[in-house]
Amino acid sequence: MSTRPVGEIVAACEEIFEDLSFAKAREWKAAVPGRKVIGYMPVYVPREIVHAAGMLPLGILGGGADMEVIHGDAFYQSYICRIPRSTIEMAINGKLDFVDGMMFPSICDVIRNLSGIWKLLFKEKYVRYFDAPQNFRAEVGGVFYANEMRELRDGLAKLGGREITDDDIRRSIAVYNENRRWVNRVYDFRADFPWKAPSAEVYLLMRAGMVLPPGEHTALMREYLAAAEAANRPMRDNCRVVLTGAFCEQPPLSLIKSLEMSGCYIVDDDLLLVSRWLLTDVPTEGDPIGNLSRAFLLHSAETAAKYEPDIARKGSYLIDSVRKRKADGVIFAAPSFCDPALLDKPMIISRIEPLGIPYIHIQYAENSSQMQPIREQSGTFADSIKLWSAS
Amino acid sequence: MSRQEVVKSLSQVKQKEMIGRNYDRITGGTVKVSSTFVPGNLNELLMCFDIANNLPEINAIQNAMRKKSGEMIAEAERSGHSEDVCTYVKADIGMMAKGNIAPNGKPFPDPDVLLLSYTGCFTFMKWFELLREQYKCPTVMLHVPYAADGEPTKNMRDYIVKQLKEDVIPVLEKVSGVKFDIDRLREYLRKSAIAENDLVWMLESSKHKPSPVDCYFGGVYYMGPIFTAFRGTDEAIEYYKLLRAEIEERIAQGLCAQSPDGDIPEENYRLVVEGPPNWTSFRDFWRMFSEAGAVVVASSYTKVGGVYDYDGFRHDPDHPLETLADYCLGVYTNRNLPTRVDMLARNIVEYDADGLLVNSIKSCNSFSAGQLVMMREIEKITGKPGAFIETDLVDPRYFSAANVKNRLESYFQMIDQKRRAGGSAAASGA
Ligand code: SF4
Ligand code: SF4
Repeated sequence: MSTRPVGEIVAACEEIFEDLSFAKAREWKAAVPGRKVIGYMPVYVPREIVHAAGMLPLGILGGGADMEVIHGDAFYQSYICRIPRSTIEMAINGKLDFVDGMMFPSICDVIRNLSGIWKLLFKEKYVRYFDAPQNFRAEVGGVFYANEMRELRDGLAKLGGREITDDDIRRSIAVYNENRRWVNRVYDFRADFPWKAPSAEVYLLMRAGMVLPPGEHTALMREYLAAAEAANRPMRDNCRVVLTGAFCEQPPLSLIKSLEMSGCYIVDDDLLLVSRWLLTDVPTEGDPIGNLSRAFLLHSAETAAKYEPDIARKGSYLIDSVRKRKADGVIFAAPSFCDPALLDKPMIISRIEPLGIPYIHIQYAENSSQMQPIREQSGTFADSIKLWSAS
Repeated sequence: MSRQEVVKSLSQVKQKEMIGRNYDRITGGTVKVSSTFVPGNLNELLMCFDIANNLPEINAIQNAMRKKSGEMIAEAERSGHSEDVCTYVKADIGMMAKGNIAPNGKPFPDPDVLLLSYTGCFTFMKWFELLREQYKCPTVMLHVPYAADGEPTKNMRDYIVKQLKEDVIPVLEKVSGVKFDIDRLREYLRKSAIAENDLVWMLESSKHKPSPVDCYFGGVYYMGPIFTAFRGTDEAIEYYKLLRAEIEERIAQGLCAQSPDGDIPEENYRLVVEGPPNWTSFRDFWRMFSEAGAVVVASSYTKVGGVYDYDGFRHDPDHPLETLADYCLGVYTNRNLPTRVDMLARNIVEYDADGLLVNSIKSCNSFSAGQLVMMREIEKITGKPGAFIETDLVDPRYFSAANVKNRLESYFQMIDQKRRAGGSAAASGA
């Protein structure tokens, strides 16, 4: 396969990222009459079921750094995070007019209530608030979750006018297994050679996966990896950090770039958790809904939106990630006004502090523009880490 | 200005006594204690295990009304909590740091169990994860799904019942050493339903003109027993009987609702209020209404623990676990926005109110996210004007008396203008 140079691949991803009208998804929909697009918000929905319905799962991640929010401010008070207001803005401005339905995962009261706003304002659209269990026992939370997925399947079948068979779901599970494997390869590659896969590039590559059909995204990641491996890029004397907490409202791209420019290679993150939520392959044999349910219960990522029944395991995902990725420190980045992220953070800090893992905390909004203070803070952090490791 | 000395009614005296006794019970060291949340709480179930029910939200309210919460919040922020998050959580964490003293002056014991019933608000989950860090006691989660399509589904109910059977009850048995007896639960639930009937009668008494009660400021006192440690007890039944008799008497005498300073002389405005009150300046806030003759005839906050009037829910002793599930599923903030809109719009029509006032709470995404849309929808449905004020629950930094007063005054003027335009008389003269 002839690959494009890395810059070209990244430029294509950036175009997708910046296009708030979602031209790629519109093209996909227009290519075959009757196709449907289902938007979903962070942090996790079982995209396999949407895909199995022959529909395109489209990640809706707010309006980004540059979109002007005019109407959205009339919907949300100043002390509520930015993602719901920019999302509403996009809907009101017609940017989501081609989206046939929206899914709102159960991560916080803001996203939850946004599902109700959608019901009030866009009465003709399919709206699914998608509840995931906080009880992780197969016969309790597992049964509940499997039934929720069956309801989703029935709802989408009705919307699409065709049955969604178990085989459809099995095929989609395989497609997403493959996609996740390549996502993980990209993450592994970046952790091994962070100078060859800058985080802003990896982020853009993953963002493309929120818009493109999974197969196309997989192909893009393969192409990127081949190109990035081949590219000759200088290694910098950066420290290695895990970026965590940025799980719903996304930080501006400039923030990710600033961290790296100031001397921190991001070697792991939880930015777009949906693509890495399930930690293992989902079996493609047997009951597909049961398999997705079990994968969620037993092998899914830890995040502030999930209850951790075992106090001893609280924060272990981060410690594991620091160890596995050989990180020198942690950068907590939380969206302003985000209860789940901000309330979780002190608990996670109390786990890493005794291990002597250095950390800093920054707060952002998707449209934060002042990067200088962040650059200074992370620059000082990087310097101090280098100093410690040298001494 | 000197305020008239307000004589406490029998129901008020009784309630004060009940609360005092409950704090003595919690701090007395003779019973096991569970911390749990107000919305959809499982008081009857806890009673089956002789476990006392300590509610951190109520402690935060008590501290706010005594002007202590500001310092507690500051303490929590000093220990690393963000300025941006729910202040109930910070007031609670700050209270622990300051010795965890109950309103009776005695220290709260460490809870024997944290019953994390997660209904209507996600922050609850983080809150009890944080408390678990401190107390390291058994913690049991009851996850109540969100009734996103307006109605609870069978799947949701089954999930809750299963959690009760397989997680919650076994943990409570272990903590208390008491075997679960479903007939004991039935008996408590039967008592709950009796008190609930009188509670609903109280809520609906404000359909009278003038309204004999204020269903927001007064309402928070009236709902106290049912939403805290007394639902399912004889005391709650007696309290609501007493309250009912008092209100009947007020109706017979044609009295208006009460204010912190006694009876309001005249009812000028009838409002429906969405959102919790501010607690740090509770009385001043109340006076801004009562001095203008504004009475709250219905409020969503009096449904925060559970909704009884909208679709007729009562605890059902014949289906003990299922009824607990329905109760949890039905709390106000566990209902979707279209249902909340319908509930408030119906209140405005049925209670013949002048409009909707939203008190938007900085801390509380569960209530606040979406309130601007709700207000506009309700204005559209009812044709009555809405108004929006912003305060906080227990953080004194976010209560600006001058701003709130200005907003309220403009709102009352707007209602006057609307009346003039519509040619209708003031509420009490209608
Ligand atoms: S940023 Fe946080 S508070 Fe805002 S919608 Fe996302 S999870 Fe909720
Ligand atoms: S967010 Fe609202 S409902 Fe939740 S704990 Fe805070 S005040 Fe209570």
